Amino acid sequence: MNALIVTAVLGVMMMFSSIVLKRNSAIRMLAIVGLLFTFIANVLDSSGVHFFSINIKGMMHFDQFAYFFISISIFCTFIFFLLSAKEMERIGVNYSEYFALIFFILCGIILVASFTSLLILFLGIEIISIPLYILTGSDKKNLKSNEASLKYFLLGAFSTGIMLMGIALFYGSTGSFSVENSVVIAATTSPMLLIGILLLLFSMSFKVSAAPFHFWAPDVYDGAPTVFTSFMATIVKAAAFIAFIRLFSLAFTPLQDRWQLIVAVIIALTLFVGNITAVFQQSVKRMLAYSSIAQSGFMLMALLAFNTFSVEGILLYIVAYSISTMGIFSVLVKMKDSSLEEFNGFAKHQPVLAVALTVFLLSLAGIPLTAGFLSKFYMLKAVMHSGNFLWLIIFAVLMAAVSVYYYFRIIQVMFFKESDSNTIIVSTSFKWLLSALAIIIIVLGVYPQLLLQFLV
Amino acid sequence: MPIYYYIVLAIVLFCIGIVGVLVRRNAIIVFMCIELMLNAVNLLMVAFSKMHHLKNAAINASAGSDGQLFVFFIMVVAAAEVSVGLAIIVMLFRNTHSVDINFLNRLKH
Repeated sequence: MNALIVTAVLGVMMMFSSIVLKRNSAIRMLAIVGLLFTFIANVLDSSGVHFFSINIKGMMHFDQFAYFFISISIFCTFIFFLLSAKEMERIGVNYSEYFALIFFILCGIILVASFTSLLILFLGIEIISIPLYILTGSDKKNLKSNEASLKYFLLGAFSTGIMLMGIALFYGSTGSFSVENSVVIAATTSPMLLIGILLLLFSMSFKVSAAPFHFWAPDVYDGAPTVFTSFMATIVKAAAFIAFIRLFSLAFTPLQDRWQLIVAVIIALTLFVGNITAVFQQSVKRMLAYSSIAQSGFMLMALLAFNTFSVEGILLYIVAYSISTMGIFSVLVKMKDSSLEEFNGFAKHQPVLAVALTVFLLSLAGIPLTAGFLSKFYMLKAVMHSGNFLWLIIFAVLMAAVSVYYYFRIIQVMFFKESDSNTIIVSTSFKWLLSALAIIIIVLGVYPQLLLQFLV
Repeated sequence: MPIYYYIVLAIVLFCIGIVGVLVRRNAIIVFMCIELMLNAVNLLMVAFSKMHHLKNAAINASAGSDGQLFVFFIMVVAAAEVSVGLAIIVMLFRNTHSVDINFLNRLKH
């Protein structure tokens, strides 16, 4: 609860901060300090120090997993600010408003991580989405950004409508909005409930951009300003996953055999479409968009098996994927355009950055000794333990092998191609930060317990 | 009146909304169709709320009130969405002087 209120207050503060603070660096500093404070507030909250005591009527429940995920997303946002907050200056003049919107999104993330009522789920998803529509279109003069934001808005609102219909049917058959097994068990025979669950499944797949509901994602990720794409494709996406998994693991396990096959098919399609289409992309930004679709196939596997492996796996996956993707995007955002040629001879000009990028790409591809490998391994192990869907595991491993091709293409271009054009200029602190992130990826790949020990 | 009448009415309205979103090419009309979907849900929520109230009123006097509460939240969120959505459409109109959705296909390449 601490973090929820602190982020909401900070969002409002950031909104008005541009009246007082005239310099962009001061605004940035305020945001970073505020985020640190939020992180501390959340950690204190999880160890029993509550700043506020509010009766939420059982609509939210903060368990250890929720606290841990909130800490992770605040930490990732912190890294995002350190890496890319400076680049936001180039998008428009409303510098402080971008931070305000990001704080509001964090507020929504906290809601979806802790809901026990469908009302809070709906509010959380909307609080995440509406600021994102604005951020996507924040490059007002750029036609691509306009298109992306209109497309995102129309499809997002459409999927919200479908989700609401699902919630209404759920309510009609159970008489309650609370997300509990007992509510569902009382009404398992109702066809209305089944249709409601299906509609919820489709709309949530829409939000996490799983195939066949993924078609908006590449266009939106491509059109949005690169800084915000890196936020959207990592932290926000992770939050949508947590909402999806929380909803289905808390409420719909009694009907597991009815919807798990559909989820398995969605996962297979997602892996296939994401990986195969990514192979043919020439723009790195678009390639990363498809790769994020492909990665979401792996993350969705947590829905097939609710055991300790999947809980640990999804958290490790979120950390590994978010850090790697944000690292790659933070370099991409400094380049002139996002074509693959921009990376020609990158290793010669920026050896440190090239090595860090290589670690990130290896982690995304799932090469051993990186966190990406272990997280994929955990997800597959979780499905294995549930005993079903062996075909899916084999298919997923095959698709992971395909993904190696397009990740390694960037590495190959960086190290083995020549280029005479001068490359990007980066500060020393940026290099240090990126190397630190690469080290985190490797350390987590060897000792995942360093992260998972907090999840008692 | 039996609850089925309300369910059928809401589903019909919802489907008109979905078809409109898929078929129409004018951004404002697509937008109206999305609103129609949301309002179909509102109608259904209120009908269910009344149904649950009649069923459980003897045990719990406030049974079913949460459905009506939800409707208010949908209205509030829809209003917020309208404000952002219209702003986006206006921004698009400034740059292209049209509100045609076909324009969206340019991003594909």
